[in-house]
Amino acid sequence: MTKRSIIDVPDLSLPELDRLMDTAEDIIARPDDYADACRRKKLATLFFEPSTRTRLSFEAAMYELGGNVLSVTGAATSSAAKGESVADTAKTVSCYADIIAMRHPKEGAALVAARNASVPVINAGDGGHCHPTQTLADLLTIRREKGRLDRMTVGLCGDLKFGRTVHSLIGALSRYAGLRFVLVSPEELKVPSYVKNEHLKKNGIPYLQTTDLEEVIGDLDILYMTRVQRERFFNEEDYLRLRDSYILTPEKLKKARKDLCVMHPLPRVNEISVAVDDDPRACYFKQVLNGKYMRMALILMLLREAGKL
Amino acid sequence: MNVDAIRDGIVIDHITAGCGMKLYRLLGLEALDVPVAMITHAVSAKRGRKDIIKIDAEFPVDFDVIGYVDPGATVNIIRNGELQEKKQIEMPETLVGVIACKNPRCITSCEQELPQVFRLADREKKEYRCIYCETKAAGL
Repeated sequence: MTKRSIIDVPDLSLPELDRLMDTAEDIIARPDDYADACRRKKLATLFFEPSTRTRLSFEAAMYELGGNVLSVTGAATSSAAKGESVADTAKTVSCYADIIAMRHPKEGAALVAARNASVPVINAGDGGHCHPTQTLADLLTIRREKGRLDRMTVGLCGDLKFGRTVHSLIGALSRYAGLRFVLVSPEELKVPSYVKNEHLKKNGIPYLQTTDLEEVIGDLDILYMTRVQRERFFNEEDYLRLRDSYILTPEKLKKARKDLCVMHPLPRVNEISVAVDDDPRACYFKQVLNGKYMRMALILMLLREAGKL
Repeated sequence: MNVDAIRDGIVIDHITAGCGMKLYRLLGLEALDVPVAMITHAVSAKRGRKDIIKIDAEFPVDFDVIGYVDPGATVNIIRNGELQEKKQIEMPETLVGVIACKNPRCITSCEQELPQVFRLADREKKEYRCIYCETKAAGL
């Protein structure tokens, strides 16, 4: 029995990732077998920052496992508003819940919670740092759509500088063989050097950097679109200029492969035209659903390891 | 220039020329009320120039601080005027309470009782990163 927390994707080995995806696929195939798996267990969702998808996904995951949810939303309504530390919050909530999912605006908050909680903690996003369960959703989506996670060309497009999901996905996929990356972004929003050094150069993974999506779209097996985030800019003018850099339209998709998989961590603003939603290559809402299944698999794994199931 | 030999104390030798004052500051030597000699740009047969710090008292030296600032330095422990022990310094794997994370979005920026912990991320580049937010340690 070991209490383990998940702060970032590298906390999981490749065999563990495979097992999680296998479990998620089994849940999809036989949901009734899991309907009581977490009966009488409680998940605390501590969300100190606005979130719709992630919080609901965790809560839906726990309910579908037959468990219960204790929820805190927004720092203003919690003891954090009174100045309570993350460490004290984690210790306190451990007395009520069997597992914690936490989102916090400060980077590293999930690690502090994990070190102080007596129950497993899942990082549901700590500022611009990590968001591992989004990456788990991305991996399952790719595996389900393509039947594999190796031997493919992955295009990432949009804000590749500030997008934590992009950095995390590059890190996760760089552990698989035969990958090639195409990084499409404006000059100002290129993938930071440390991400390229740590994951691509160090592992000898080929990559191409370009500003032209249309030129490369035909080469891609995966196209991962991202939103240019207003909150990352100090200057509104720069935001508005870069926001519309890449808008994926049915017209642009004509040049893409028939089996392309278009992904997006959502929410989108305007970077994928709504008209693309009806294209069978649009996988971003499947990604949302896959996220729930991976969170179910992760909750099960961590509760089992902690000897709670 | 002459600085007397010490009887019981510590000599931090082979400090890269120019790094002595950083070490002096980070080791908190200004708070000591015992004789401390700082020699900068002394002639060195091996390195051309070096800095030396002599502390004329037993003092619990934080080897991690020395390893972070200047892993090429050596520490000589002197007892009864004799060299008791010579320590080669290595870069520590973790650095606790020595430097602070400068990232305003790091949890340590608002919860100041948290220990400041950095891990050695790249030995070749002498790069340390905050364990909470992974921000690279700012240069000294």
